[in-house]
Amino acid sequence: MSAASIAFLAWVRGPGFHIALGLFCLGLVWRLIEIYALGRDRPLAPLRRRSGASGWWTILRRSRPSAEHESMVSYLAGYTFHIGLIVTFFFFTPHIELLRRAVGLSWPSLPTALVDGLAVVTLLALGVMLASRLLDPVKRFLSVAEDYVAWGLTLAPVLTGYLCFHHLLLPYTTMLALHLASVEVLMVLMPFTKLIHFVTLFPSRWMNGEHFGRTGVAA
Amino acid sequence: MEKVTVYAAMRAGGMSRRAFLQACGAIAASLALPPGSGRAIARALERTPRPSVIWLSFQECTGCTESLTRAHAPTVESLLFDMVSLDYHHTLQAAAGGAAEEARREAMAANHGRYLLIADGSLPVGHPAYSTIGGVSNLAMLQEAAAGAAAVIAMGSCAAFGGLPGATPNPTGAAPVSEVVRDRPLVTIPGCPPIPAVIVATLAHYLTFGRLPALDPLGRPKAFYGETIHDRCYRRPFYDRGLFADTFDDEGARKGWCLYKLGCKGPTTYNACATTKWNGGTSFPIQSGHGCLGCSQPDFWDGGGFYRADALPFGPLTPTATIAAAAGVAVGGAVAAANRRKRAKARAAHRPITVDDLEKGQEETP
Ligand code: SF4
Repeated sequence: MSAASIAFLAWVRGPGFHIALGLFCLGLVWRLIEIYALGRDRPLAPLRRRSGASGWWTILRRSRPSAEHESMVSYLAGYTFHIGLIVTFFFFTPHIELLRRAVGLSWPSLPTALVDGLAVVTLLALGVMLASRLLDPVKRFLSVAEDYVAWGLTLAPVLTGYLCFHHLLLPYTTMLALHLASVEVLMVLMPFTKLIHFVTLFPSRWMNGEHFGRTGVAA
Repeated sequence: MEKVTVYAAMRAGGMSRRAFLQACGAIAASLALPPGSGRAIARALERTPRPSVIWLSFQECTGCTESLTRAHAPTVESLLFDMVSLDYHHTLQAAAGGAAEEARREAMAANHGRYLLIADGSLPVGHPAYSTIGGVSNLAMLQEAAAGAAAVIAMGSCAAFGGLPGATPNPTGAAPVSEVVRDRPLVTIPGCPPIPAVIVATLAHYLTFGRLPALDPLGRPKAFYGETIHDRCYRRPFYDRGLFADTFDDEGARKGWCLYKLGCKGPTTYNACATTKWNGGTSFPIQSGHGCLGCSQPDFWDGGGFYRADALPFGPLTPTATIAAAAGVAVGGAVAAANRRKRAKARAAHRPITVDDLEKGQEETP
């Protein structure tokens, strides 16, 4: 551990975090306003079902595996890493402490060993996701640079968090600083990449569903 | 250098041979030296004359000295003052004023190139007038004393890293010893105060082997600063199981659960408190129910609060988030307005095409 790594840790905990939080909030509000303000043309066709029903149904339907559209591998690995991310982020004690400070809410944590295990599973699932993207010719053809960036942005916090917790590879303070830095980079880029789906996913599915509910497509 | 050996001085101080050998064994163990090294240390201390030590105090609180002098005999801590010939220490010596400064100059001249220089406290490099002794600035005194020193020990977090005097906004421009002394072997023993046994073991190593022990990049002896408090904390199993004290008097606190949520800085603090402990191995802060403050880490005083969980961001987050969100509303609004204008323009520029237009177009194409 060097003085530089301690200074780096102090920076990512101080100015770095504030910059990241600021850009995250700014970007998120900006993008949401922008998306909302795009507006939709006034629908002329009447709704075929009760208002909202098609929206909710689409959210549900598109969250189920669909045999024609998706391989079981990406379905399973996709769900696994999303659940892993959510649980490791929301149920690891230091994270809960952070959220308690940030938003004032807190809840019990899960045993560290469980979170630890889930982090490994998450990493493996992310590995499977990348492999399937690279090996499947269709997916590879459809992938653009942003997809790989998004993958890296997602992987980095989990990987550094895991290495940090186990004191692997680098001294703890350095790895902790890298962990925080990776989260900060993620926070900054989240609103401006397809990772914004962490908020837009369900609202946009709902909107689509409602649209289908008027167009006569069986939804 | 005076002729009295370290061993003779210890015996004269009332220490039995048995206690001496035990102390040497304890020192060897604390330095993680191989078995049998205790004997080597004992043999060396029997032969080695007590080194002359000049102890300079700068911007400090005397806590480092207090910690050492409060050690009870016959603990390892108490050996320090037997091991060395303390030729200048303005808190402890009888002489005062001009006589004390004279004694310092004499000792430095008599042992030039051989004495050990211990410094506690930081140096006001911002303006030398912030701290002077006998009209001599701390900076000048350190430079003068370091020039004739065989090795320099920066004792305590102030000398090691700038310490409390260096806390933001650092009004005196407090700097660590390492910023002033660059051409002498330097060991830093941070801690607020540092663990006396660590000082003794470092000295014993120097006297036995004639050089400083292995140091980490911050100049700290690896044997004592190689692992975090958290690595060796007896409350660690609770941390791993997710069992935490939420307040200082809840059930978790009474059951001795982990103090992470109460601000324990053990995970990022490198020191030997959890193994060496304090007051002859009696206890250490976490054992007495209070989280580690991280006092041996650089800038621990600016670490965002002693009772805030480790690794959390510093400073209030709400203002940052609020200002940023307000800026987001402004930017989002402006972008949305620009999008609308673009759309309106596109609509205005739109020319409907009729079937006639299309047919006309076809006729024109050959
Ligand atoms: S009390 Fe502190 S050092 Fe001990 S396990 Fe908990 S966080 Fe780690």
